[in-house]
Amino acid sequence: MHVVIIGNGISGVTAARFVRKLSDHKITIISSETKYFFSRTALMYIYMGHMRAEDTMPYEPWFWEKNRIDLVEAHVDKIDFKGKSLALNNNTSLKYDKLVLALGSASNKFGWPGQDLDAVGGLYHMQDLENMEKYSEGLERAVIVGGGLIGIEMAEMFHSRHIPVTMLVREKSYWDNVLPEEESAMINRHIKESHIDLRLQTELKEIIDDGSGKAKGVVTSKEDVIDCGYVGLTAGVHPNVRWLKETELNVERGIVVNNHLETNMQDVYAVGDCVQLEEPRPGRRSIEAVWYTGRMMGETAAYNICGKPVAYDPGIWFNSAKFIHIEYQVYGDVLAKPPENHESFYWEHPDGRKAVRIVFDNKTDVILGFNLMGIRFRHEVCEKWLKDKVHVDEVMANLKLANFDPEFYSSYEADIIRAFNNKYKRSVKLTSKGLLDQVYSFLKS
Amino acid sequence: MKIIKIIGLVIFIFALGVFTFSMFSSEHQLTSELIKSHVTYSPEAQAAVMEAANSTGVMGKSYGTNFSFINGLHEVFNTANNTLGEKAIPSWQVEKYLIPLTKYSTAGPFGGKPNMAFWLSIMLGALAGLIYILPDMSQLAGIKNDGIYQNASTKGITLNVRLAFLGLAMLYALWKSIFQFPLVIFFVLVVGLILYWVWKSEKSYNGARARSASVSTSGWLGIAFGIYLISFYVFLYFFPHYVTNWTLMLDPVAAAIKGDGGTASHWFLYGFLYCIVMVVMGVRMMVKYRHNKYQLVRTASVLFFQLGFAFLIPEILVRLNQPYMDLKNAWPLDYDFYTKDAIGGLAGQGSEIAFLGGTSVGTVMLCWGIALTFIVVPVFTYVFGKRWYCSWVCGCGGLAETLGDPYRQLSDKSMRAWKIERYVIHGVLAFAVLMTVGVLVNRFTGIDNFGLFSAGQLKSWYGFMIGAMFSGVVGTGFYPLMGNRVWCRFGCPLAGLLGLVQKFKSRFRITTNGGQCISCGNCSTYCEMGIDVRAYAQRGQNIVRSSCVGCGVCSAVCPRGVLKLENGSSDIGERTTELKTIHISESDLKILS
Repeated sequence: MHVVIIGNGISGVTAARFVRKLSDHKITIISSETKYFFSRTALMYIYMGHMRAEDTMPYEPWFWEKNRIDLVEAHVDKIDFKGKSLALNNNTSLKYDKLVLALGSASNKFGWPGQDLDAVGGLYHMQDLENMEKYSEGLERAVIVGGGLIGIEMAEMFHSRHIPVTMLVREKSYWDNVLPEEESAMINRHIKESHIDLRLQTELKEIIDDGSGKAKGVVTSKEDVIDCGYVGLTAGVHPNVRWLKETELNVERGIVVNNHLETNMQDVYAVGDCVQLEEPRPGRRSIEAVWYTGRMMGETAAYNICGKPVAYDPGIWFNSAKFIHIEYQVYGDVLAKPPENHESFYWEHPDGRKAVRIVFDNKTDVILGFNLMGIRFRHEVCEKWLKDKVHVDEVMANLKLANFDPEFYSSYEADIIRAFNNKYKRSVKLTSKGLLDQVYSFLKS
Repeated sequence: MKIIKIIGLVIFIFALGVFTFSMFSSEHQLTSELIKSHVTYSPEAQAAVMEAANSTGVMGKSYGTNFSFINGLHEVFNTANNTLGEKAIPSWQVEKYLIPLTKYSTAGPFGGKPNMAFWLSIMLGALAGLIYILPDMSQLAGIKNDGIYQNASTKGITLNVRLAFLGLAMLYALWKSIFQFPLVIFFVLVVGLILYWVWKSEKSYNGARARSASVSTSGWLGIAFGIYLISFYVFLYFFPHYVTNWTLMLDPVAAAIKGDGGTASHWFLYGFLYCIVMVVMGVRMMVKYRHNKYQLVRTASVLFFQLGFAFLIPEILVRLNQPYMDLKNAWPLDYDFYTKDAIGGLAGQGSEIAFLGGTSVGTVMLCWGIALTFIVVPVFTYVFGKRWYCSWVCGCGGLAETLGDPYRQLSDKSMRAWKIERYVIHGVLAFAVLMTVGVLVNRFTGIDNFGLFSAGQLKSWYGFMIGAMFSGVVGTGFYPLMGNRVWCRFGCPLAGLLGLVQKFKSRFRITTNGGQCISCGNCSTYCEMGIDVRAYAQRGQNIVRSSCVGCGVCSAVCPRGVLKLENGSSDIGERTTELKTIHISESDLKILS
């Protein structure tokens, strides 16, 4: 059997790896972006000079041959679902028995005038990076449109090369559709103290052409004109499925799949960013374009392809990011606009760069979620608390079990519990020291 | 701030220039007093040297550099040895005479101003380093690796250039040992093994090569720095008579530490420079990682052990008429602890069974050394992992973590490099054990001939190949070429030994935080030991590798808070069994199918 995977991002590659673990099928991965799989989340570090492109490749080149995974560098022009064959841009075609669509995302563009000029681009593909590189020499200012995870990454990238950056953010505070108010304010402060020109509640109106088809500035919704040699469009992404809309494949915003990641076409699966789940789990979105869900989908699809049907279950939500120097982790449900039953306990360090938010049910006191800024928490411990629906007092008493900061770091559990006891008139006491052996015995209990 | 950094850099380049010039820009004159007080091999030899000095015209002649003067001295000794015939002075003795003859035939560099040279080179250089480093305090604290791969000093070099440097170093070693047959065989084996792995990994997967260590040869500044370091080590180890001006500059410091009349040998020079460089670059490390307490404490620790244990305490011991000993230097890194005059020297003169005799301090030292090898090292490694030594205490590790920090990304992360590493480091460990056992057997039984070689030969080969070539010339000289832990990773027998303990019986591991890894590769890139940390982290697997020195930088550079250095005893046998990113378990399957 020949399994063909379109796309060599984390979802497609994970699918290939697990198909190989589970079977002896012939496997082919097609990509026109790069020959070898690289970590998309690490693109910024290449530009910043922390790593070379090859350092972002999680597997050495021999890995693919050793695991008999064929890599084809080509673009798929057309899919013949009936004949089970792909037409590639190098005038060849490829037959498949099972097809996995791991097509990823495309950067959002909202019809801004000038959005297709030179020196305008998103940050998603290796080619986007090359584009940024091309215009960076002698660049005197860059404007970034959009206040999300990619926007702040791009700001950090230019900033690392001492290129002044202006960030236009539509919302009234950075990423405030995801981050609660205090965390969002913290990042606003951090962006400003990093000398990045953050303009909130400001949208892009138009990108100005310098006469040669290249951007030379932007006009904002406040009618300000900002001269710049590069415009970064980072206002989110959408599933990269436009080219499939006219086919028999069921495509809405993304490729629609069932619980087993099967599309409406026989033997065709879809994974990762390009997927729109027919029945997302309660509280989850139908499109979740994050690294971790892509990896889980790849694994799930491989099981289904190899005749071991299993439903896609993303488990308890988790995610992470880094806002310039502030690390961020989230476990469970921490919402920017929480429902009524969500009680939110927030502790912030006086230095304004570290915070812990613990969300629990205000009726039952059951733990619901964790938001961490500048402090690392242990994934498995938080996950177990959330799964077991433990009482928030139990979490607080054992908070040290969750701490994952490096050795010798100051620990703030005592401060946090004092604040918690004050706010809720309770008398929780720290009981665990958080030693690794205690963590393991807790996880096994 | 940028202007201050530039000023610091300019002053540093000036100081480096003064330092380099002061090595050879000195006027020398040979006098009969010098010959009388230093050439003491035999009365006939002294007379012959005196006569040769006069007949060759070297005596009294004024030389403009130490190079030309040393050429003159060679001529004198050759002439004298021709007349002495069978009673000639042996060449190793001649080399020893060259040092004081050169050192005391001049008033010092720059027309006899060693003090000025000292302040304008070493001390000004250190100050300039600090001027360059301290303005970084004005930046926000956080990971500062911006531009490392865009910088001609730190971007590294291609595999071919690396191999060329390595080849040259090996050819040099081979040339020095060409008449010692077993050594050549050993050598050919090592080189052959390396070439075999390179060839095999290039060959077996056509076109699909191992991950290379760098993209271009444009790291010219790094190559230049590497050549400078390598040259320094070659002079220091093999031609110390050329660095006497530097020792002259340090005599006042030596007198202050050792007491009146103390002078600086080239080893004192090395120790002093080592300390200065570690302090300045230690400050740099602390500024760079000031947000990370693990790095702050660890850097303070290596500085403490270098300044105290490796440098000052041994000198103070000597000042108190006690044997010189670096109390933290464990066998087999201190490869001749059991075999040099150590046993005689520590426990009393000239007696191989003097464990209980000799001076009381010497006996304590001997017992400490044995306890260090057989009790302290294994127990501490069980409790904390190898890191307690390699990145908290050790001098080599200390230099690697301070001077070497800008080059940590240049270690080769490929599977190929790992394979070479395992053979070479365990080979050196076996060699060290063999050498030590051989010399001890010889000492206690008197048997000297083990077939192809003698115990003395074994020891001198080890001293040359491993002690000088590997740990010095390649180990440090190759920082800008192959990363800052070349010696620790490929050569150090103690690291090999600690690694075995760490791998099989230790509470230490690097834990991976569930499924949070995004495979970005910062951890692998900045692992100085060339461990592909990401390969484990992205599977959600804890990391247990014999080579890990626990520097903690992987954890520091991780943008997602995935890695943590931890100790725990409840799961020693199964530290790496769980794969936390696999989220489909067998029980899920049974329910559905």
